[in-house]
Amino acid sequence: MALLEYRQRSGYLFLAVVVGHILLISARVNSSTGVPVLEAVTFGVFSEIQRTVSTGISAVRNTWNGYIGLQHVKRENDELKQRLAAAEIMLQQQRAAAERSRGLAQLLELREHVGLQTVAAEIIGAAATADFRTLTIDKGTRDGLRPDMAVISPAGIAGRIVVPSARSAKVQLLVDRNAAAGAMIERTRAQGVVVGAGNDRLRLDYVSDVADVVVGDAVVSSGIDGIYPKGFVIGRVESIERSGGAYRRIIVRPAVDFSALEEVLVVVTPTAAHKASDGVSE
Amino acid sequence: MKAAGVILAIAVALALQTTLARYMARGSVAVDFVLVVVVYVGLTSGPSAGLLTGTVAGLAQEALSTTIIGIGGLADTIVGFLAGIVGTQFIVAHSLPRFVVFFVATVVHAVVFMGLYAVLDLRHFGTPYAVVAGQAAANALLGVVGFQVVELLPGVIERRRDAKNRLRR
Repeated sequence: MALLEYRQRSGYLFLAVVVGHILLISARVNSSTGVPVLEAVTFGVFSEIQRTVSTGISAVRNTWNGYIGLQHVKRENDELKQRLAAAEIMLQQQRAAAERSRGLAQLLELREHVGLQTVAAEIIGAAATADFRTLTIDKGTRDGLRPDMAVISPAGIAGRIVVPSARSAKVQLLVDRNAAAGAMIERTRAQGVVVGAGNDRLRLDYVSDVADVVVGDAVVSSGIDGIYPKGFVIGRVESIERSGGAYRRIIVRPAVDFSALEEVLVVVTPTAAHKASDGVSE
Repeated sequence: MKAAGVILAIAVALALQTTLARYMARGSVAVDFVLVVVVYVGLTSGPSAGLLTGTVAGLAQEALSTTIIGIGGLADTIVGFLAGIVGTQFIVAHSLPRFVVFFVATVVHAVVFMGLYAVLDLRHFGTPYAVVAGQAAANALLGVVGFQVVELLPGVIERRRDAKNRLRR
């Protein structure tokens, strides 16, 4: 037993002395980088320890942050969702405001271009049934509106006032099957009557079979109906058919997208029809 | 008392080593007196004493030279420790085993010493087999003689003292 302890003691002593010699040598010998081996080895060992400790701490932190400490993440997620929803709503509002501003600017530009006295109105309702293509605007007799006043948009003629009330008015769109307007081919001045087809197309009637009309020709108001001012765009010729009689059957694609109307101008300048009706009433 | 004797032996060995080295043509001595002392202490006193003697002697020897301090000390330490183990495990009382121990110890010392230098890329010794063998043989011879002297010297002194006493009577 004593011999074993003696041997162990000698072994430990030998180990300690050898380590001491190695340290001594390392302190004197430079490595290939010029740094003493002791310093290089010490730094290398401690850097590995630092790396191991750092890896362990990172693993613990990641585990905590990724799996355990997620209570605040749910709260933060809820807050972010709310903020995102609010931002989306605000974005939609701003986009709507921008569109509205753009529409109003176009309307203002049209008013200045027309030179007619007009009243701007906003669409506040549509027809109750699909058979009648009408709209309701937010201006009425208080604003000077009267029946048979033309309603125009930046794209072209929209329709006419049919039933005005004090603060609103019903507008018969040009595509209504009961609507009609004097029209002509802009290029050749060939005249006819545009009537609503009940769908999204117009029909140009009473155009002579010998008139020069081709697909794509612009159709504008002729002004002979006493309602719509002359020269306003109605649409473009989409197709031409021979009906066998003295007239052609011409389908016109409206210039106005009636489903997208938001603001319109009502022409309040008295027209021939108004003057005539005023004279009759007087 | 024993430690003082070891230190004295180391000092004497260093003195002989440096003194003889100065008179050698190439500045080197075939016999390593310090290594002989280390092996002797290891064989007679055990591994602990052997390695401590090797450490002290090796460091002192390197301090007096221009080598890297620690390499020779480590070699002496290892040799002293191994010699101590051999001394405690085997009966090394005759000249031949002693010669072998000194010879092998010198070879081990050379291997460790030159190996460390080569590993650390500090110096390459080539293939010094003959030099190492010569030094090992010289160290072994010196070690055996040293053992004989140390073992026989007390008896000789005693006999001469008895002879003087007899003449006086």
